[in-house]
Amino acid sequence: MKEVINLPVKNIEEEEYHINMGPQHPSTHGVLRLVVSLQGEIVKSLKPHCGYIHRGIEKMCEKDTYPQIIHLTDRMDYLSAHINNHAVCLLVEKALEVEVPERVKYIRTIIDELNRIASHQLWWCSFGMDMGGLTCFFYGLRDREKILDIFEESFGSRLLHSYYTPGGLMMDIHPNFQKGVKDFIKYFRKKIKDYDDILTGNIIMQERTKGIGVLTKEDAISYGVIGPSGRASGFSCDVRKHHPYGVYDKADFREILGNDGDTFTRYLMRMHEMRESMKIIEQLIDNIPAGDYTAKMKAVIKLPAGEYYQRVEAARGELGVYVVSDGNKTPYRMKFRSPNFSNLSALDHISRGVKIADLVAIGGSLDYVIPDIDR
Amino acid sequence: MNSFFKYFTDIFRAVKSLLTGMKVTGRYFFSPWEIVTQQYPENRNKLKMYDRFKGEVIMPHNEQNFHRCTGCGICETNCPNGSIEIIQDRIDMPDGKKKRIISKHIYHLSMCTFCGLCIKSCPSNALAWGQKFEHAVYDRSKLSKILNQPGSSIIKDIVE
Ligand code: SF4
Ligand code: SF4
Repeated sequence: MKEVINLPVKNIEEEEYHINMGPQHPSTHGVLRLVVSLQGEIVKSLKPHCGYIHRGIEKMCEKDTYPQIIHLTDRMDYLSAHINNHAVCLLVEKALEVEVPERVKYIRTIIDELNRIASHQLWWCSFGMDMGGLTCFFYGLRDREKILDIFEESFGSRLLHSYYTPGGLMMDIHPNFQKGVKDFIKYFRKKIKDYDDILTGNIIMQERTKGIGVLTKEDAISYGVIGPSGRASGFSCDVRKHHPYGVYDKADFREILGNDGDTFTRYLMRMHEMRESMKIIEQLIDNIPAGDYTAKMKAVIKLPAGEYYQRVEAARGELGVYVVSDGNKTPYRMKFRSPNFSNLSALDHISRGVKIADLVAIGGSLDYVIPDIDR
Repeated sequence: MNSFFKYFTDIFRAVKSLLTGMKVTGRYFFSPWEIVTQQYPENRNKLKMYDRFKGEVIMPHNEQNFHRCTGCGICETNCPNGSIEIIQDRIDMPDGKKKRIISKHIYHLSMCTFCGLCIKSCPSNALAWGQKFEHAVYDRSKLSKILNQPGSSIIKDIVE
């Protein structure tokens, strides 16, 4: 007699299954692993697994003196290396109550904004590539090269500069710096129109991003989504406006806010920010006052015992540095509040119910840098 | 009727936006002088780095094989990752005192993060940035260099 086995027939459309996106995946822009739970093509939920590029930077800071810490912050969000350096420098200057020369403030602000443009240009390249437009990648990198050339001429390196020191700068800017920056602004004002023609106006890109991954203002605040991604949801969180540092209070610029909070608005925010950054640089570049490039600092920097906090606006949002000092030349505890980490926390929330291909677009629009998440 | 029109206007808009994008790429296609690609290994002879380029840490020597390093070890303490090792020596001076000189200034390029603190902190300006950037070698031990050249000694005008 033949036995009949009734295996339950599973409907693959209805069953949930998991796939690993990453750690090596071109669209995660680094070593991030997303465990995505899918039903068919629809994302049901998602779990980020971090830590693949954890180097223990906060712990390493505890053995380093304050000037030495600068070179470690370069390696967190490497795309806004100068801005990370700025955070630590401002913290030390605030704790020691050192007044840095006006020239240093101007130069730092200009370089920060150049760094922001360079970072957004790289984001634009990779976002275009995530959406399938390889052309963007070449054009974006070509224009970023101009900024990197200015950096290389003045500070000798292209990505990890370690140019700011507590109290001032490593060396004075190169005599060609001002001319180089002005030429770049003239050049990039023309080229950014190409960006709009190629990608912003592209109907395929718009259809894929409009209404996808919507983050409301309430959610942006409760998840702590900051930077251009948070401002796309209408959450006014620009540190440059709310807690000005450098000479941002002397420059006239707008904090751009969106209201839709979808992927396309996050895209537009960064395009607008590049224009605003150019506006800031144009106002400051001719007015750099003469003077010293560094304040007089002691050879061994010791912070008075206590707790200190300093925030700056990095290219991806607010970067906070928290230091507990016990009066020694090394910090007792150092903590970085990195923008990418909190932006990543909202990814699960906004990508529920989208197609897996849209997850790539959402991830691209949040613009995370993995070494900054893991530190 | 409305959706019928929308269907066709959508097609029209899509084609228009594609053509706008292709106008840009087409412009570059017909103006090849705007292309900025460098033919890297071929243009090696003409390639000039900027003066301040940070390629590696070097110790400049003059023609008579004199350098400026006193062997004080400040660069060693300032380096955040132990890329510099100073090995000191003592020599007998004619007046009977012992003087500290540098025996070996060892620089591990493989651990250097190009922060520039050693160069900035050196009290006698003995270190500088070198322009060489092609550092690839087959063996890691080749990346540890002795910066003071054999037979070199300290220049006379340095006082500690
Ligand atoms: S290179 Fe400069 S800091 Fe280093 S041991 Fe020589 S003199 Fe001292
Ligand atoms: S550049 Fe920085 S890491 Fe390299 S040897 Fe000098 S102090 Fe050390």
